[in-house]
Amino acid sequence: MYQYILKRVLLMIPTLIGAAVLVFFLLRLLPGDVCEVRLAGSGLYASQEDIDICRKNLGLDDPLHEQFIDFVGGYFTGDLGTSMWTGQPVVDEIRVRFKLTLQLAIMSTLVAVMIAVPLGILSAIKQNTWVDYLVRAFSIVGIGIPSFWLGIMVILGLLVVSQALFGVGWMPPINYVSPFDDLWGNLTQLIWPALATGYRYSAVATRMTRSAMLEVLREDYVRTARAKGLRERVVVNRHAFKNALLPVVTIIAIEFAFLMGGLVVTEQVFNLNGLGKLFVDAIGNQDFALTQHLVMLVVLIFVVTNLVVDLLYAWLDPRIRYS
Amino acid sequence: MKKGYESDPSAKGSGLASRTAPWLLGMALAVGFGHLAQAQEEIQRGGVLDFVVAGEAPSKDGHKETSYSVVHPYAPFYSLLIRVDPDNPQSTDFVCDLCVGDVPAPTNGGKTYTFEIREGVKFHDGTPLTAHDIEATYEKIINPPEGVPSARKSFFSMVESFEATDDTTIVFNLKFPSGAFLPSLATPFNWIYSKKDLEEHGFAWHEKNVNGSGPFRFVQHQPGAFVDGVRNDDYFHEGQPYLDGFKAIIAKKMSVRIQAIRGNRAGIEFRGFPPKARDDLVAALGDKLTVQESDWNCVLLFTPNHKRKFIEDPRVRRALTLAVDRWGGSKYLSRIAIVKTVGGVAFPGHPLAATRDELEEIAGYRPDLEASRAEARQLLEDAGATDLVIDLNNRDVDQPYKVVGTWLIDQWAKVGIKTEQRVRPTPQFYAALRNSYDFDVSIDFNCQSVINPIADVTKFLGSSGSNYGQYDDPVLEKIYADLERAGDEGEQRRLMRLYEKRALDEMAHLGVTLWWYKINPHRSYVKGWKIAPSHYINQQLDNVWIDPSLL
Repeated sequence: MYQYILKRVLLMIPTLIGAAVLVFFLLRLLPGDVCEVRLAGSGLYASQEDIDICRKNLGLDDPLHEQFIDFVGGYFTGDLGTSMWTGQPVVDEIRVRFKLTLQLAIMSTLVAVMIAVPLGILSAIKQNTWVDYLVRAFSIVGIGIPSFWLGIMVILGLLVVSQALFGVGWMPPINYVSPFDDLWGNLTQLIWPALATGYRYSAVATRMTRSAMLEVLREDYVRTARAKGLRERVVVNRHAFKNALLPVVTIIAIEFAFLMGGLVVTEQVFNLNGLGKLFVDAIGNQDFALTQHLVMLVVLIFVVTNLVVDLLYAWLDPRIRYS
Repeated sequence: MKKGYESDPSAKGSGLASRTAPWLLGMALAVGFGHLAQAQEEIQRGGVLDFVVAGEAPSKDGHKETSYSVVHPYAPFYSLLIRVDPDNPQSTDFVCDLCVGDVPAPTNGGKTYTFEIREGVKFHDGTPLTAHDIEATYEKIINPPEGVPSARKSFFSMVESFEATDDTTIVFNLKFPSGAFLPSLATPFNWIYSKKDLEEHGFAWHEKNVNGSGPFRFVQHQPGAFVDGVRNDDYFHEGQPYLDGFKAIIAKKMSVRIQAIRGNRAGIEFRGFPPKARDDLVAALGDKLTVQESDWNCVLLFTPNHKRKFIEDPRVRRALTLAVDRWGGSKYLSRIAIVKTVGGVAFPGHPLAATRDELEEIAGYRPDLEASRAEARQLLEDAGATDLVIDLNNRDVDQPYKVVGTWLIDQWAKVGIKTEQRVRPTPQFYAALRNSYDFDVSIDFNCQSVINPIADVTKFLGSSGSNYGQYDDPVLEKIYADLERAGDEGEQRRLMRLYEKRALDEMAHLGVTLWWYKINPHRSYVKGWKIAPSHYINQQLDNVWIDPSLL
């Protein structure tokens, strides 16, 4: 097992190098740069001299191979450089946002699991009844609704309902507070995006849980368990559900990885200062330094998540052995 | 009285100052729903103002940056030598901030300005502020060492020299008398830095650090989230500021900023909202909302690329401008976009701007639209461009770029011009506009801070660094050179008309679409702030207060 983990960790290195090469050169194919956005973007007069100074200061006129060595070398020296937009260290820019995105990803995943698992099981047990149809409709709607629309509707709904009930419009806070400083304030801000995102991500997991459960419920050992006279709850929970978990865990883990780097729209709509919003800002500002490190972070999250999922398989299904 | 607030009977909110230039009366409109009269209210002290800002400041150094996202959160930490009157920002009268008394009149035939500096002013770190700090600041702005960026260095081309003759006096000597000097000094980015900071920490220190002498002290900046400031109890304008502090919350999405005001997560956004957002907020908040509106010193242009086939022909460029119905567009577009006012090259309503009668003499502004369009078709036929297809470069920003771009496509179609619009994200839009010139016609804009038409109209000069039409017009350059040195307003006005006629009509170098219109709906409890014709000015917040009874 340890050898397997070591091998997988070593395999991460070429994956990360490949990603680094791709992101570095693809970014530089884009026309325009951060200095033009920064100085000319406001419509005020911007002199070419100032733009040239800006490019020089940021190293944008250095040869490409030197820029690439700076970028990759940062991972060995521990200095990831500074954001081309704010001048702040990249590590600080990411650290500030990481905790919010991590918390939101965990909350959204919990919401998704809490919706998907019971509904998926229920739908499978009650296959082809009105309950099944209702659950399936609920999940299809979740897949179909765009996140940004759902987010905006949640905010507007809160404003309209609170206005109608209390005479004062209420919306979630737009400033992040740490749960360690103010748990209630933190939850009143993050529960809404977590619900909006969790519902959307639960839709796929619900359908996956349903189909996996249907498959397992038709297995011989389930029939045997029922024939032994076990109660249906025991059959479903102990014999069927655990064996149906493999594909569900895969989906949920991959979705978690997506949430860590892909909450772009939700973070914008709820004004959450997370990684997704930082991604959009960095790309919009042509902040190469920040964008390439963010991409590398997301790649790393995906690679690690995949490894964790593979290891979880062995725990969930003792028949699986890695060597 | 609510906790944290106290009233100040000696301080009264002012209405429009008596010295408002008559031409500016009526340019700003303030509508409080249920709270129409702001004048003579008893100012309340205390409270923290939360406001939203649409972008994150690239750095904290006003001297090198050009964005309002720097001004809104950081201007309250700094002072200026002179500034636009915060109680009457629609006026072009300047008032002293760090200088004493009235802004001095020039001597030496209009070439020397001597400023007396306040005594007893301190930077937030306790260092006394003297004329030497102002000299060091302007040295950085006007004569930066090599490699140090200064975004407004070119504004001061008329300055010969300047020197702090003692702790309380600074003298500016000009090469020639210039009406553009005082507006340049009053530019809201010219924050006064401490000479000690510049000498000890270098010219890049202010990019990440704040030490001003303004009404608020810097507390913290949380990247991507907010900037916090607290009251500076040693502020030199007696009794001010009224607020205990402020929080500038960064919110890039317009829907968030609008809902933040509706949901009272913020009291105000200083840049401006489109008309639909105003209407929605008015409907939702009623008398809890006040709306201030003003003409905006920003104009949306279209820039023809003079190096492109057909576009190089002035007849084709004239056809492009003749096809546009500005008077009609003003009516319709102002319902959905942040544009409204029909104008020429100079800020509408300014003494140097064209009157309606004068505008109607210019191609594209004439009252008989059908005659203009018939002339456009004829010009296209004469130029052999009857099947003209143009490549329009546009910016992927709704307000007002895409809205006006779409409108232009329709206008040009009326004379048979087909348009292929390429909407690009901001970096790619600028790369096409400034570097590759990959367009036949591009949406362009000219957004300035202090109203300074003589400086602002340089945009139309082929030699200007911010002109992307790729042309050289010595006639226009000569008119401008005369305008820059013209002594009296009558002569300036005459030359401005010649300049406008040449740029917009005879050569049709650039096309003016419509001037922007600034709409600031804000919570009615936000008092004291008065809309300016620019989102860059009047942002020190020293005269802003919160009425707790309206919270």
